[in-house]
Amino acid sequence: MTATIRPGISACPACSAAPAAEALAAGAAVQKDVRVALSLPTIHCSACIMAVEKALSEYPGVKSARVNLTLKRATVEAEPEVMPQDLVRLLDGIGYEAHELDPGTLSATQTDKAGRELLMRLAVAGFASMNVMLLSVSVWSGAADATRDMFHWISAAITLPTIAFSGQPFFRSAWAALAAKRLNMDVPIVLAILLAVFTSLWETTLSGEHAYFDAALTLTFFLLAGRYLDHRTRAIARSAAEELAALEVPRAIVMVEGEERQVPIAEVSVGDLVLVRPGGRMPVDGEIVEGQSEIDRSLLTGETLPVFGGPGREVSAGEVNLTGPLLIRATAVGEDSSLHRMADLVAIAESGRSRYTSLADKAAKLYAPGVHILSALSFVGWYLYTWDLRTALNIAAAVLIITCPCALGLAVPAVTTAASGRLFRKGMLIKHETALERLAEVDTVVFDKTGTLTAGTPELINLDQVSSRDVSIALALAQGSSHPLSVSLTNAARAAGFEAAEVSEIAEVPGYGTKGVWQGQEVRLGRARWLGAEALSRTAAWLKVGDAPATAFEFTDRLRDGAEEAVAGLLAAGKDVYLMSGDTTLAVEEMARRLNIPHWLAEALPADKAARVQAMTDEGKRVLMVGDGLNDTAALAAAHVSISPASALDAARVASDIVLLGGDLSPIAEALGTAQSATRRIRENFRIAALYNVIAVPLAVAGLATPLIAALAMSTSSITVSLNALRLR
Amino acid sequence: MNILVYLIPISLILGGVGLAFFIFTLRSDQYDDPEGNARRILSDEYDDKPKQ
Repeated sequence: MTATIRPGISACPACSAAPAAEALAAGAAVQKDVRVALSLPTIHCSACIMAVEKALSEYPGVKSARVNLTLKRATVEAEPEVMPQDLVRLLDGIGYEAHELDPGTLSATQTDKAGRELLMRLAVAGFASMNVMLLSVSVWSGAADATRDMFHWISAAITLPTIAFSGQPFFRSAWAALAAKRLNMDVPIVLAILLAVFTSLWETTLSGEHAYFDAALTLTFFLLAGRYLDHRTRAIARSAAEELAALEVPRAIVMVEGEERQVPIAEVSVGDLVLVRPGGRMPVDGEIVEGQSEIDRSLLTGETLPVFGGPGREVSAGEVNLTGPLLIRATAVGEDSSLHRMADLVAIAESGRSRYTSLADKAAKLYAPGVHILSALSFVGWYLYTWDLRTALNIAAAVLIITCPCALGLAVPAVTTAASGRLFRKGMLIKHETALERLAEVDTVVFDKTGTLTAGTPELINLDQVSSRDVSIALALAQGSSHPLSVSLTNAARAAGFEAAEVSEIAEVPGYGTKGVWQGQEVRLGRARWLGAEALSRTAAWLKVGDAPATAFEFTDRLRDGAEEAVAGLLAAGKDVYLMSGDTTLAVEEMARRLNIPHWLAEALPADKAARVQAMTDEGKRVLMVGDGLNDTAALAAAHVSISPASALDAARVASDIVLLGGDLSPIAEALGTAQSATRRIRENFRIAALYNVIAVPLAVAGLATPLIAALAMSTSSITVSLNALRLR
Repeated sequence: MNILVYLIPISLILGGVGLAFFIFTLRSDQYDDPEGNARRILSDEYDDKPKQ
C-alpha cells in the first residue's frame, strides 16, 4: 500500500487529480498498523488455534494474532507492509484454508454493543428479581406488621433503580410508538411495570398487605430474556451474512504506465485500464482493449454458453473472464455500472415486502388495546362500586400485571431462535426476521436454472459416442488448460480410464481453444467457429484432427448437490414448482424433464421473471423464489420469500431473505417443513398465553388476585412457552 | 428476628458480588469466543499475561 503517486491515464486532467489526492490521503492513513481479518473455515480444535496463532505471529511484521473459533476467524494486527495475500498463502502452507475478509464490511460486527448492553440489563434484572423474590416469599409465608413493611421497603429500594436501568429498552420503544401515535406491545408492558411499582410504593407507605415489586421485576427479566434471544438470532445471521459479503474483497488491478497496481474498486475511475485475469470477475463496466477470452455471462443472463470476447466488445460488471487475460477500459464505475442499476429495481420490489405484518404485530394489535380497555374498565367499575381510589387502582394494576404479555413476549423469539438455530446447523441462514413466517405460507416455488439448480460446472455427456482415439487426443489437449470445459473433459476421460495421446507443440489460443501436433497432423480442440463446425444449441467443445470434420464433445450442466431431492421433496409436499431461466429453450426443457419440474419458462429476461412472479402473487399465490444471478435479483425481491445460494452475486444475496451456506440444495424442502412447524409453535404459544389469561384475568378483575398468584401464573406460562419452543430442536 | 439484620445484607452483598463479577467478565470481552475458550484450556502452551 506504499505506492508511489503517479498521474493515472485519464481523459481529463481533473479526473486524474482526484485519485491522486485520494492516494495521498490513503498514504497518510496507512502509517498506522493495519488490522487484517481472515476467514478460516476449516479450523476446529485447540491444536488448530495454536498452530494458526503461532504461524501468524512468527511472520515478520505481524504484531499480534488472535483466533476466534466461534466465528472461525483470525484477527491480525500488523505493520502496513504485510499483505493479506501472503498471510493466506502462509496458512495454506501449513494446511489451513484461509480467505481474506474485507475489514470495511466486517467492522459492524466487531463488537456487538447492543447485545452486550441487553445482557447487562438482563443480569441486573435477574439479580434484583432473585433478591426481591426471596423477600416476597417471606411475606407470602406469613411475615406481618413491621417485618413485612421492612421487607417491602427493602424490595422497593432494590426495585426502583433496577427498573430505571433495566426497563430502558421498553421505555424507549414505548415512547417511540406513542410519539408516532401508535400502540405496540411495549406500551402495555411499560404501563404495567410503572403502575405496579407506583401502587406497590403507595401500598408500602400505607403498610398495605400486597406489593407487586417482584412481579414488576420478573416481568422485566423474562421480557429482557426474550429480547436478548431475538437480538442474538439476528446478530448471528447478520454476522454470517456480513462474512459472506466480506469474502469478496472489492479490489481491481489497474494498469498505470505499464505497472499493475491493486486499488479498491471504489477508486477506479472512468477511462482507467483494468486488468482482469482468467477466473476473475469484471469489477466495472467497460470495453475490451486488449486480449481475447471467453466470457461467462451466466450470473447476469442465465446463459450457460460462454461468449467470445475480443477487442471492442462491451463487458458488464459481474461477468466472469474464463480463459485469457483481458485489459478493459472502464466506461461506467460504481453507481453507474449495470450491477448498481439493478439495485433500483430491487428497491422498488422491497417496498412491497415491508407491508407484511408478522404474527407478533398482529397479536400486539389485538392485545394492546384490549388490555388497556379491560384494565380501565375494572378501575372505573371498582371505583364506582367502592368509591375507594386505592382499591380501584390496586385492582387495575393487578389486571395489567396478570395480562401482561410475559409469555407473549417470549412466544415468538423463543421459537424463532430454536428454528433459526436448527436451520443454521443445516446450512441455511435466515436473514430476515419474518422470513420463517413467510416461508411457512409458501405454495409455489420458482427455481432459476444456471447456478441455482446447476452447480455451474459442465459435465461431459457423450463420451461413449466419441472414438477412443479422439478422446485420447482431446485429453492430451485439454489436460493443460484451465477452461471449465477442458477441466471437465479431462476429469471424465481420466475417470473412464483413457490415457492422453502423444501430442506435441501444445499451445492455448485464448478465446478459441488449444492446438497441437499429433502424428504430423494439426489437432485443435475448441470453439465451433474456430474449427469451421456448425454450433450446437447446447454447450460443446469440438475436436478437429487434420482436415477431417470436427467431432463434438457435448456437455450439460452438472446438477447441484441435493437439487433432485429438493425438487422431489417440494413436489411431494404438494407445492407448485416452476423453472425460469434466461437460457435457451432446449437447455431449459431438458433440465425440467430431468428434474420432473412441471412448468418451465425459457429465454426469460430479468424483467420477465419479476413480472411472472408478480403475476403469480396477484393470483394469490405465495411464491418462494430460489435464484443466484443478477437476472434473478428483481424476481427475488418481488417474491413472497426468497432464497439464494452462498455462491450467488452479492446483489442477489442482499435481495434474498435466506442464504444457503453450503452447496447443497436439499435443506430447502426441509426448511419449509421447519418453518411450518415453527409457525404452528408460535400460534400454540399465543394460545397458551391466551388460555392463561382466560383463567387469571377474571380472578384479577374480581379482585381476588394476590402477588403470589401473579408470580405463579407468570412463571408457569413463561416456562411452558419456552419448553414448547424447545420441542422444535 | 434480629438475625435478619445480618442475613439480609449478607444475601444482598453476595448477590451483588456475583453481579459485579458478571459485569466484569462482560466488559472484558469474555463472551466473544465461548467455543475457542473451551478449547484453549487444553493447550500446553502457557503465557505470562493474558493476550489482548
